[in-house]
Amino acid sequence: MREALLEARNVSKSFGALSAASNINFRLDKGARHALIGPNGAGKTTFINLLTGVLTPTEGQVFLNGEDVTKVAQAERVKRGIARTFQINRLFRGLSVLENVYIPVSEQLGAAPKMIKPAGMRKDVVEKAMQLLEMLKLQDDAGHRISELPYGRQRLVEIAIALGLAPKVLLLDEPAAGVPSAESHIILDAVAALPKDIGVLIIEHDMDLVFRFAERITVLVGGRIFAEGTPKEIGANPDVRAVYLGQAGASHG
Amino acid sequence: MTNADAARSLVERHRLRWWEPVPWILAVAFFFAFPNHLGFGTELLITVLFALSLDLVLGYAGIVTLGHAAFFGVGAYTVGMMAKHGLWNEPISSLVIAAIMGALCGLASGLVLLRTVGLTLLMLTLCTMLLLEEAANLGHHWTGGFDGLDNVPIPPLFGIFEFSPLYPTTQYIYVLCVLFLCFLFLRTLVYSPFGESLTGIRENTLRMHAVGAPVRKRLVICYTISAAIAAIAGGLWAQSNAYVNLSTLSLDRAATVLILLVLGGYGRLYGAFVGAVAYMVLSHYLAKVYPTAWQLGLGLMLMVIALFARNGILGIFDSILRRVRGERAMS
Repeated sequence: MREALLEARNVSKSFGALSAASNINFRLDKGARHALIGPNGAGKTTFINLLTGVLTPTEGQVFLNGEDVTKVAQAERVKRGIARTFQINRLFRGLSVLENVYIPVSEQLGAAPKMIKPAGMRKDVVEKAMQLLEMLKLQDDAGHRISELPYGRQRLVEIAIALGLAPKVLLLDEPAAGVPSAESHIILDAVAALPKDIGVLIIEHDMDLVFRFAERITVLVGGRIFAEGTPKEIGANPDVRAVYLGQAGASHG
Repeated sequence: MTNADAARSLVERHRLRWWEPVPWILAVAFFFAFPNHLGFGTELLITVLFALSLDLVLGYAGIVTLGHAAFFGVGAYTVGMMAKHGLWNEPISSLVIAAIMGALCGLASGLVLLRTVGLTLLMLTLCTMLLLEEAANLGHHWTGGFDGLDNVPIPPLFGIFEFSPLYPTTQYIYVLCVLFLCFLFLRTLVYSPFGESLTGIRENTLRMHAVGAPVRKRLVICYTISAAIAAIAGGLWAQSNAYVNLSTLSLDRAATVLILLVLGGYGRLYGAFVGAVAYMVLSHYLAKVYPTAWQLGLGLMLMVIALFARNGILGIFDSILRRVRGERAMS
């Protein structure tokens, strides 16, 4: 079998008596478009935190490109190619959109520790940041502060920051959450247009988005993998429909 | 704002703006206009330098500290004790030694304290400073204790220019030159990618972790640099006054510099200049008019600033400027 880009082997995490993840086996391949779904409290974000190194698993291992990164800190995992977005925006609110993207790009290109040359004179960083903004159609907002942007565009900046790290693996935690449905296609288009060689794992409640985007879906319930398969298989799985799609269908009206 | 404008605002922001020479011209003009107030002027310039060092940690990196006088005091006592005990007193190299001592203290305390944030950090920086103050009080054999060290012998600058406590012309020009050099350094630093990453830490520390930035390392470096500059300010104070006392390490000094930085506007370098001038001139003037209750006036003004102008005096200018430009764009 080909080596997975990112792999979790028998990963468990418990907070005291509460088991937030139990015995999860998961793999994400190069270029994958993978969705992680499950009802609220299923442990989806916990699982992302385990993959990125915010949390250390109680048991099991995480592999990136075949290397065991279970004990590797978050910052180092970012350097090795894991980037993520957050369910609730974590932006540099007082700074311009361009600066928001400048910061990750300068980390990625190794400019950030430099103290002499002005930030704006690092043409490589500025150009890369502008390219990313153009890719996400944010270029007209480049000079605006985050607080001046509508929420949907802020969500795009959230993605732009992650892309600024030139990731091999991108973990998107509900990228369309809180975005009015009229605008969510912008997010979907942006996600669909991501470079093909990046492995993408998306957590999303919007089933339209999930079924249009994902080639593979994993269903998480109560910290366990409940089902995994192609969108067709998952859509046809009566158990999944019962525990998840039914609920989601109801709540999405 | 278009695409190119946005890029330009980042690319060109480190360039000199037309008003930037103004404070320096004023400082030189002061020298000629008020030859009898150069003592006050020297004190003012030293306060600006100290406030600049605080602006780097507080305004740019978002480190909330109430103990920055610790480093001012370390610088002052380094210069004062070396000179008083006959170890070394050449002015410029003494300042370098003071800066190194300040940096070492900043590094050591930063490594420990910067693991914490918010109120805990505020209390720990305060306690560190008070511990140093008490150490200086107890070690009177070296520090002069409560009385401090007076008549600290400072030799002429370059062997030519005398430091006279009555006619502090040498002090004024010397402090102005040191301030200018430190300012150039800080200005370069805050506009660099390193400075940008400090503002990133200030705006969202958690996100900085998520973009793989070594957050604590950056903060410790910033804190160390700031401590060195605060120590230079303290060293200048000791040299220009020819004495050192416990006031250099006091909460009063730490609080004053914080207040005047907030007054001027933090995170913008020039807030230190505006705040120091506004605070010191005002307290000077109010103390003359109302000798008994002058602090009341200062307090009221601070409340007004805190309530209505979160970004300080310079913030008020900013919003007026933005409004004028906005109207011009409309018409």
